[in-house]
Amino acid sequence: MAKKQYMFYPGCSAEKLASASNYEVSVQAMCDVLDIQLNEIPDWNCCGASIGYAGGGELPRLALNARNLALAEQDHPDQDIVATCAACWLSARETKERLEDNDALMRETNEALGEAGLKYQAKQRIRHMVEVLVEDIGYEELGRHVKKPLSGLKIAGYVGCQTNRPFGIEGESFENPKYLDKMVETMGAEAVEKYDKKVSCCGGALAFSEPEKSQALIKDIIEAAYDGGAEMIVTPCPVCQMNVEVYQGQINKKYRTKFNMPVVYYSQLMGVAYGKSSKEVGLNGQVIRAKRLEELADRK
Amino acid sequence: MSDLNTVMVEKYRNDFLKEVEANVEEGKWVKMCMQCGVCSGSCPLGPFWEHPPQEVFMMIRAGKRDEILKSESMWMCTSCYNCIVRCPRELPITHIMHGLAHYAERLGLAPKQNPTRKFALMFWDNLAKAGRVNEPILGIKLYFMNGFKQGIQTALKMAPVGLGMLRTKRFNVLALLFHKGCKGKQDIHKILRKAREIELAKAAKFGG
Ligand code: SF4
Ligand code: SF4
Repeated sequence: MAKKQYMFYPGCSAEKLASASNYEVSVQAMCDVLDIQLNEIPDWNCCGASIGYAGGGELPRLALNARNLALAEQDHPDQDIVATCAACWLSARETKERLEDNDALMRETNEALGEAGLKYQAKQRIRHMVEVLVEDIGYEELGRHVKKPLSGLKIAGYVGCQTNRPFGIEGESFENPKYLDKMVETMGAEAVEKYDKKVSCCGGALAFSEPEKSQALIKDIIEAAYDGGAEMIVTPCPVCQMNVEVYQGQINKKYRTKFNMPVVYYSQLMGVAYGKSSKEVGLNGQVIRAKRLEELADRK
Repeated sequence: MSDLNTVMVEKYRNDFLKEVEANVEEGKWVKMCMQCGVCSGSCPLGPFWEHPPQEVFMMIRAGKRDEILKSESMWMCTSCYNCIVRCPRELPITHIMHGLAHYAERLGLAPKQNPTRKFALMFWDNLAKAGRVNEPILGIKLYFMNGFKQGIQTALKMAPVGLGMLRTKRFNVLALLFHKGCKGKQDIHKILRKAREIELAKAAKFGG
């Protein structure tokens, strides 16, 4: 298989020692096996995430994203741009679509970019890492690299919001997308079939500003995973991962629950199935350790 | 800020729908709402909204300017995009909510004490400064956004979470001092300044 190359937009949470740094570590490990080369966009900036709107109006947010896209276009115009974070992917893709649809916005954005000598022409496609896995690599090839099937693990696939809506993965339904479950099964684990909180919202950034309200949402997401018999949750989104993982202690206190459910990334599952060590896939970054997965990873 | 508000009140006297169409991100879609209620029924924090999306659209058409712009409602949007994919008329509801919140903020009418408003503004300032988000600084400001005393309480309550993140190397105390951000910070400032200038000029044109 020829090496596949993409422009890579990691986003702020993937930075070293930031909240999703373990995601980034596992993505690199996974890509290493799949012979995917990620070329980081030089000097990329924050996408504004979904909460940037109060301070930044439409044009500032578009211009912020367009700077990344213009830099990528300058660097490798022939490569698609790939993001691993749901919010980053969404902001970048939304920017591209809105500018393509609206000449006035495109002109105004370029006027702003001109201040830094940049110009955006919307040449590249903008994709999420899971799109690349499903569409460019394919389940069969993903399965071919499995060295340690994750047999015996029952996992709830929590797709969440922004990897699923409004764009989602081509051919999947918004209400019951199947790709994450298929990926879990491709790695030899068992996917919880009737996981009714699969696409529910974790509260996003409101986990910070409205903790009580979003923790009520998070509680339901975890509870449904337990109800389905899962011992672990898997997600493609760094916001989901953090929200569903780190507040379990507080939720336990408030609701007298006994949650202790590991929440991992698809890329961590894949890395382990592909024979990487727990450290190589960043499992030491889990606040609630995924013990069974770690054991499997470190078994010779 | 409130000057802009006065100008807008004058210009769009009694036609809040027109004002929204001209000034709010994706606001031109509001009149397409057919009041089916799917968005409100799909909204995760819907039960907490004083006026859920369907009602917001109805009130815009009924000219309830103050009630909407001063409302906490739009600030409850978690950006989950559930409404968007379900709306039979395909209204970009999420964007309209963000647009309304931003417009209210720009006019100086947004509820000052709303926690999501405060967090959202902090987030923007944080990212705009260095080009990338500095998570520790954002976290600390977040804890102290309601004053020192409550900040200490929040920090203590959140300590187990913070320690977990610290222990797993997902929270970097050193970034408080050494977070680099983008090399092209200055460029980013210039781009943002220009973008804001263009946007304000557009608003002034509509308003003038
Ligand atoms: S779902 Fe769409 S059409 Fe129905 S009330 Fe909401 S915005 Fe209006
Ligand atoms: S995107 Fe916002 S308005 Fe729409 S359903 Fe989600 S929280 Fe409600």
